Amino acid sequence: MMLTALALLPIVGGLVLALAPRGDWGRWFAVAVTGATLGLSLAVLARYDVEAGGMQLTEQRTWIEPMGVHYALGVDGLGLTLVLLTTVLTPFVVLAALRDRLPASEGASNGYLAWMLVLEGLAIGVFCATDVFLFYVLFEATLVPIYFLIGSYGTAGRGRAAIGFLVYNLVGGLVMLAAVVGLYVLSADAGEPSYLLTDLQGLEMGVWTERMLFLGFFLAFAIKAPLWPLHTWLPDAAGAATPATSVLMVSVIDKIGTFGMIRFCLGLFPGASEWASPVVMTLAVISILYGALLAIGADDLRRLVALTSVSHFGFIVLGVFALTTTSMAGSVLYMLNHGLSTAVLFLVTGVMIAQRGSADVAAFGGVQRIAPIMSGMLLVGGLSSLSLPGMAPFVSELLVIVGTFSREPVIGAIAALGIVLAAVYVLRLYRRTMTGPLSPDVGGMRDLGTREVAALSPFVVLILALGFYPQPLLDVIEPAVDEVSHVVGVGDPEPRTPAPVAQSEPQEEGH
Amino acid sequence: MNDVLDTAWVLVALPLAGALLLLTWGKESDRFGHWIGTAASAASFVWGAVLFVALAGRDADDRSVTTTLFTWFDVGRVRVDMALTYDQLSALFVLLITGVGTLIHVYSIGYMADDPRRRRFFAFLNLFVAAMLTLVLAADYLVLFLGWEGVGLASYLLIGFWQHKPSAAAAAQKAFVMNRVGDLGMVIAIALMLAHLGTTDIARVATGVPALSDGVVTGLGLLLLLGACGKSAQVPLQAWLLDAMEGPTPVSALIHAATMVTAGVYLIVRSAAIYDASEAARLAVVAVGLVTLLAGAAIGCAKDDIKKALAGSTMSQIGYMTLAAGLGPAGYAFAIFHLVTHGFFKANMFLGAGSVMHGTGDDVDMRHYGALRTAMPVTFFTFAAGYLAIIGFPGLSGFWSKDKIIETAFGFNVWVGLGTLLGAGVTAFYMTRLMAMTFLGRKRWREGVHPHESPAVMTVPLVVLAALSVLGGVMLLGHWITDWLAPVVGEAHHEELPVPAIVLTLSVLVVVAAGVALAWATYGRREVAADAPTDREVGWWTRAARHELYGNAVNDALVVRPTGQLVRGVTAFDKHVVAGAVSGLAGLFRDASQGLGRLQTGFVRSYALVLFGGAAALAAALLAVTIA
Amino acid sequence: MTEYLGLSMLLFTIGAAGVLVRRNAIVVFMCVELMLNAANLALVSFSRRHGELDGQLAAFFVMVVAAAEVVVGLAIIVSIYRTRRSTSVDDASLLKA
Repeated sequence: MMLTALALLPIVGGLVLALAPRGDWGRWFAVAVTGATLGLSLAVLARYDVEAGGMQLTEQRTWIEPMGVHYALGVDGLGLTLVLLTTVLTPFVVLAALRDRLPASEGASNGYLAWMLVLEGLAIGVFCATDVFLFYVLFEATLVPIYFLIGSYGTAGRGRAAIGFLVYNLVGGLVMLAAVVGLYVLSADAGEPSYLLTDLQGLEMGVWTERMLFLGFFLAFAIKAPLWPLHTWLPDAAGAATPATSVLMVSVIDKIGTFGMIRFCLGLFPGASEWASPVVMTLAVISILYGALLAIGADDLRRLVALTSVSHFGFIVLGVFALTTTSMAGSVLYMLNHGLSTAVLFLVTGVMIAQRGSADVAAFGGVQRIAPIMSGMLLVGGLSSLSLPGMAPFVSELLVIVGTFSREPVIGAIAALGIVLAAVYVLRLYRRTMTGPLSPDVGGMRDLGTREVAALSPFVVLILALGFYPQPLLDVIEPAVDEVSHVVGVGDPEPRTPAPVAQSEPQEEGH
Repeated sequence: MNDVLDTAWVLVALPLAGALLLLTWGKESDRFGHWIGTAASAASFVWGAVLFVALAGRDADDRSVTTTLFTWFDVGRVRVDMALTYDQLSALFVLLITGVGTLIHVYSIGYMADDPRRRRFFAFLNLFVAAMLTLVLAADYLVLFLGWEGVGLASYLLIGFWQHKPSAAAAAQKAFVMNRVGDLGMVIAIALMLAHLGTTDIARVATGVPALSDGVVTGLGLLLLLGACGKSAQVPLQAWLLDAMEGPTPVSALIHAATMVTAGVYLIVRSAAIYDASEAARLAVVAVGLVTLLAGAAIGCAKDDIKKALAGSTMSQIGYMTLAAGLGPAGYAFAIFHLVTHGFFKANMFLGAGSVMHGTGDDVDMRHYGALRTAMPVTFFTFAAGYLAIIGFPGLSGFWSKDKIIETAFGFNVWVGLGTLLGAGVTAFYMTRLMAMTFLGRKRWREGVHPHESPAVMTVPLVVLAALSVLGGVMLLGHWITDWLAPVVGEAHHEELPVPAIVLTLSVLVVVAAGVALAWATYGRREVAADAPTDREVGWWTRAARHELYGNAVNDALVVRPTGQLVRGVTAFDKHVVAGAVSGLAGLFRDASQGLGRLQTGFVRSYALVLFGGAAALAAALLAVTIA
Repeated sequence: MTEYLGLSMLLFTIGAAGVLVRRNAIVVFMCVELMLNAANLALVSFSRRHGELDGQLAAFFVMVVAAAEVVVGLAIIVSIYRTRRSTSVDDASLLKA
């Protein structure tokens, strides 16, 4: 029941917020609810037995018996990591969003915050679902809050962006629905129909059936993730959304795509995944370089950050489809780290845009002089985005590159080019906005306030802490991806000529 | 094992704590922040000295202590320990970094006295010291990479310290990005090590190298060399170093002369096992070193900006070290020896240049100096010590270290040896030119400039460094440095020289004297014009050297502009083709709906007609089927 | 039997032709009623012929629906007439695409 409670808490909170009379109390109520959710998720973490691994805290009820649909929840290392990402991010994102200027009339913030809470609950549900049908329903349900968050509370051009987002993602969802139905047919043929993951794993199916079903799921996840060339909705959506919406969308909801690739594509269709991996890896490498090049040329701060995410998602997908434990563990860790670093970038640029009244990079210049804390935060976010060692994303990016390299040296080496391009887009952004002589137009800007610093500093602390000591999380992640890697059966290639273990200390070096 | 040598982490922790303290403490620490920074660095130096004594007290074959602090990450087949190795090589570096670093901290107290952001400057300096110590103490290539990028970050922050200057911000970005190109080599080398050896532990890699195929070893060597080129400003990644002089002068002295830029040499020496196993990789190192040594010297001859002239010289001297490192076991120790002495005399001269700038209102143009020896006697004498050391005046530190490299180079190949000999002559030329234009000759001061000697807090570090520049050669006494380093880098075996060593030494002296004489004839005896001759008035070689041998133009043409075009191309492609395909699809549906919508005329009777017609057609079809 | 069906066909044809050619909404409406009653006649005839009550049952349903339709339809026509002063069905063509 713990996971149900975890998912329901923010949803109920959101409903209360939406239905109760409007007022200023709503802001702090939202912070309190998300804070309580964070607390509850930490309790879940405490209950989770890292040593044992596997699905834990499971719940199961029959929902629609003739179709074999269950209400089934459970977390393994993969799900737990992403649940934690969701619950850690949301309170601080809500805190940062408390004073967002919204287009709707005064007092609209309760509705805005309510949708965020509902979104958090649905996301937790998605990451915990162990029944394919339940996953599908929740997966599609997350579109609704985001649609309203963009469409009702975004900035100029929000209506168009919201529709674009919805249509794009619905297309993916519909293809996936066909595959979900296909799974029902297969499982009904094999006996009792069931949508439980445990029942679907190891289901007998023909080679081409498997590949078609794989493609159905993969397309939906590739749109969500977003993988080149299905990425165009993301910058458009982020360009019209509030910073908080962008964070929740890119840092949390888009992770459902990469999460789904591991859980469903690799978990249910291992043969097809291996079959598709060369193509997917190529697309991922294109994403890495393409997103980075677009980010270098971008002039809109929000689009720029969204495009860097396209590049980062390329790394995540690459790690997943390199099919080694090393790269997959790197990818899962990357999902978390990318969530943190992108949150910092979106929130800081959000404040910049709000204060300057423009999202154009050229509208800034020399801001560092009047807002040193803001520029420091932007730099920290940027440096973590370019995977500076000592920051969390470095470990994950390195694991992805190394894991990929061990199977496909050429692809791994090309992907590594991304680290040079990342330096260019981050430092160019910093140079053009923060350095140089103070531009007269930015005179009205002020530095980050206490609330904003309070919202951002947890991310900074986490980024540094995970940069130096990611091992506890890796211990949680590794058994889960190891299992998937085992199902796919590719695994990590042995080192070709393993170096002998050095003698015990004190050791001699060289000659 | 409860050994004092296991506490090497304290060396890193002290400046790191200083940096964090200074960065997070509020404005109230502005008054004393610089003292915290200096104290952190000094404490690290004291601890380094204690450890050094402890290490020297051990048996020669027991002088490498590896301490594992914790496991950084361990997943799949990758396991990386946060481990430090304190051995003869890192011990030397620790002393150089913390020693010179502390002196530069002290100097900066005076140099940055008027800067409102002095506290942050010291925070960054401390961060640099911590990262550099991590780099040299690392027992694992990935930990080394952590320090490697850490010094890159500190360098970025400090080059761009005066962020309001667009040139400084651009230089900082250029430095970081060019270093990242080198880092690409490092990352791929790390991936290659893991794929083939399954480890990045430096000691284990060294033991695993013999089992590797030639191609892999050469690949590793070249990739690491790429990394070294980036950090050490070697050709082809040299162009950032001259721009990096935009940073405050103490930064140029510490990071861009004495310590960070030598990290590439350290990397090559530390990876001795890899280079020993690959002739091709060593040859590449020698080639890079030789080219850089001559290119840097050429640039140093033409620059009128005192810091850029010194930066060209730094490039050139690091070229010497790289070249020596490429000579294999015979050269490793001399590379490190030259690195240390260079750290002394170049830091000394950069700080001297800073002192000159301090006294002349931040003017860097040597044509506006002249006759400063009377106005700034302490600066003059300390600078002169550095000058004599770098040109290799007999008995001073640079004489010993450079002479050894030239000698070894001749042992390797006569042409390489001649190249280093030529470099020594050019070094003498440009340093004499610099010296003559700055301190000798007649006053060419701008109006309103009243050069004055710097405060004691700045001159004391100068005096100390001058003394070290003079006396640095003692390390060679009784072959101390080669014996000390032998367990790490291998025993030096002497190559057969084409001529006796004493002849070589004498010919070096002759070449150096010729360089000095030529420079004296050109800049010392004759009047120096207060305004530089324009590009048209000088020969093509001067023009080329002034433009840094067109390094920036080459980068622009080969990398920057194509990348810019690629960015524009991809952006247009994304907008018109990828997004265009999506909106094209949407347009298709819109058009289709509009076309079908035309059937809805709004006339009820036409709908009725269609209805009846449809019913009739259906009935007819049914009848037809039934009859058939 | 044939007579009844013949009459039903005739009535239906008149109704259909009326719906197609007449413009006055009231007349069109009456023609629709004519077609419904033609169908009713056919249903009752077949019911009688087969000796079952199903057809008559269906006729009652049709009558009930026709009565409801008259109410709604006339209300719409009256309200259109009030706003547009016309009962021509061709004038009410605002719903074209």
